[in-house]
Amino acid sequence: MTASLTLVLLMAVLFGSGVAVMLERSLTRVLIGFLLVGNGVNLLIYLMSGTPGLAPILGEGVDESAISDPLPQAFILTAIVINLGITAFMLALIYRSWWLAQLGAKGDLVDDEAELVEDAEEAADLIRSSAADDRAVQEIIDASDEEYSEGRRS
Amino acid sequence: MTPAALVPLVVLLPLLGAASTLILGRHRRAQMAVSTSVLTAVAAIAAMLLVEVDRSGTGVAVTVGAWPAPYGIVLVVDRLSAIMIIISALMLLGVLVYAVGQGVADRHRETPVSIFHPSYLILSAGVFNAFIAGDLFNLYVGFEILLSASYVLLTLGGTGERIRAGVTYIIVSLVSSLFFLSAIALIYGATGTANIAQLSVRLAELPQDVQLMLHLLLLTAFGIKAAVFPLSFWLPDSYPTAPAPVTAVFAGLLTKVGVYAIIRTETVLFAENDVTTLLMVIGGLTMLIGILGALTQADIKRLLSFTLVSHIGYMIFGIALSSVLGLAATIYYVVHHITVQTTLFLTTGLIERFGGATSINRLAGLLAASPLLAILFFIPALNLGGIPPFSGFLGKVGLFIAGAEVAGGTDAAGAIGPGSSAPTWLVWAVIAAGAATSLITLYALTRFWNMAFWRGRDELEGYESVLLSSVQEAPDGGVVTATRTTPWLMVSATTGLVVLTVLLTVFAGPLFDLAGRAAENLRDPAVYVSLVFPGGVE
Repeated sequence: MTASLTLVLLMAVLFGSGVAVMLERSLTRVLIGFLLVGNGVNLLIYLMSGTPGLAPILGEGVDESAISDPLPQAFILTAIVINLGITAFMLALIYRSWWLAQLGAKGDLVDDEAELVEDAEEAADLIRSSAADDRAVQEIIDASDEEYSEGRRS
Repeated sequence: MTPAALVPLVVLLPLLGAASTLILGRHRRAQMAVSTSVLTAVAAIAAMLLVEVDRSGTGVAVTVGAWPAPYGIVLVVDRLSAIMIIISALMLLGVLVYAVGQGVADRHRETPVSIFHPSYLILSAGVFNAFIAGDLFNLYVGFEILLSASYVLLTLGGTGERIRAGVTYIIVSLVSSLFFLSAIALIYGATGTANIAQLSVRLAELPQDVQLMLHLLLLTAFGIKAAVFPLSFWLPDSYPTAPAPVTAVFAGLLTKVGVYAIIRTETVLFAENDVTTLLMVIGGLTMLIGILGALTQADIKRLLSFTLVSHIGYMIFGIALSSVLGLAATIYYVVHHITVQTTLFLTTGLIERFGGATSINRLAGLLAASPLLAILFFIPALNLGGIPPFSGFLGKVGLFIAGAEVAGGTDAAGAIGPGSSAPTWLVWAVIAAGAATSLITLYALTRFWNMAFWRGRDELEGYESVLLSSVQEAPDGGVVTATRTTPWLMVSATTGLVVLTVLLTVFAGPLFDLAGRAAENLRDPAVYVSLVFPGGVE
């Protein structure tokens, strides 16, 4: 079995940088680190499939010894799908924890039954203000788009 | 229907149930009906499988999609798998009834029902899949299914506390999954297969040092999931904040899936590679350090989380003995511990609702207030502490006798392959540690009993005792909740599980014999291999 040195080095870099980023305190960086190491592991699985060959599709006149090992590729596909799902969940978790950090203890009241009306009001204000921010940003974008298209017309 | 046709249903039914409960998101009663009937069906199927497997003597192997063994995925149910599935299904069912009761009473503030049922069923599917996986990669998929569902359940409701606890749990689990996947990649590179039966043959042909490296990498991955010292640090910080039913099912089942994977690793995969001395040391340390942690906890949920870590040590000790009696006692202990630990966490949930707190410093007078609650706590507490005649005592005695046989060199029950290589003094030392752990568990639980149940409500103000001088509150100060009603559904679910723990004691004889037969199959990896490859491995 021969392995590509480039891939081995790339895997080592992914593992190293991934672990380094994962050790940071920020959740987003932990997620990025997880993705880097996860891809490093996928490369490791690929490297373990041995000498690369033809696409693993059996048909007439295909030499079975010349094709790649298909099983590790199936492993990698499965691992990619799982990582995608985990990433989506982690992003939701990060967003929620950012939201809680913005509001402090009052964050819990946004979705639950509001026991303290004032806090809930404050939280609702924050949601409205961020929605207003979004609108403002969108208006600026729209305005610049219009300027751009007007500039082209003239 | 042949038994082979029943095997995939164990995973398929919960997955279909999860899909239908998701569709039925707005119909609470329909959701409950689907979840309970699915879990009841799985329990019934598991019972049929257990009878069938025990009668056949070896087990059932199913090739999914009729792809032949080393290429396709194989599902294997032997005695150990069948025992694990049936006890898990019963636990999941009991906890589900409890959760439904709690949800009804709280109008779904803690367990938003539309998400709870699908996640719970997916968790069950993952657990069952891990138990029947005959392929290392399928085992990984099973782990991922149950972990993904557990992330959702642990952060249910998304309150600040749960997010904090969930982040620790999720990151630790992710790292352990990466370890596991790397181990699979390296094992595939070394042997060219991920089929457990084929690996059993091919791994034994590798040089000892290569085997050792792969072996330790797998053990690290499973050790994190099973919460074995020193990889147990995450557990007491993440479990207690979840809703009571979620904590109960996590504490009872998830760590045991790790233990199950370790049993498979030691008996089928790396039967020829000996790390029993290491496991023996780890088992002893897990017991002692876990229980010493429990001693200083004022919060009953944290206390129970530490005893959970501690009692994993007994199972690791039994695996390290690697004799038939040792493995049999381990299997019995796993079944006992799943039941008792789950029940205790459910009772704690009742105490929290009834008494309005979980801290030993704030609870008092519960015996007079609710004798039924006292019984529901007292029986499993004594059981966990190892008081005769309960199953905890029987399991520990089984382990100690097995240990004494190995140490005394009288383990003659047809051992195949190398037995435990741990030095004699070490085995005796771990037995002593086990006895001490049992007593300290009893001390920690009876202290809680004395304070929460026997102490009068009027004594609470300014109470001082040497018993309470060294306990510490939970880091978040122990959440004080108002007392809430305890609906009859929650109480009856807990009562049902307490009755089950007592049944484990009453029927200890037949159960121990069954565990013994399972252990004999485990002790001889050739049984597992011939189950998957009746015509021998290429």
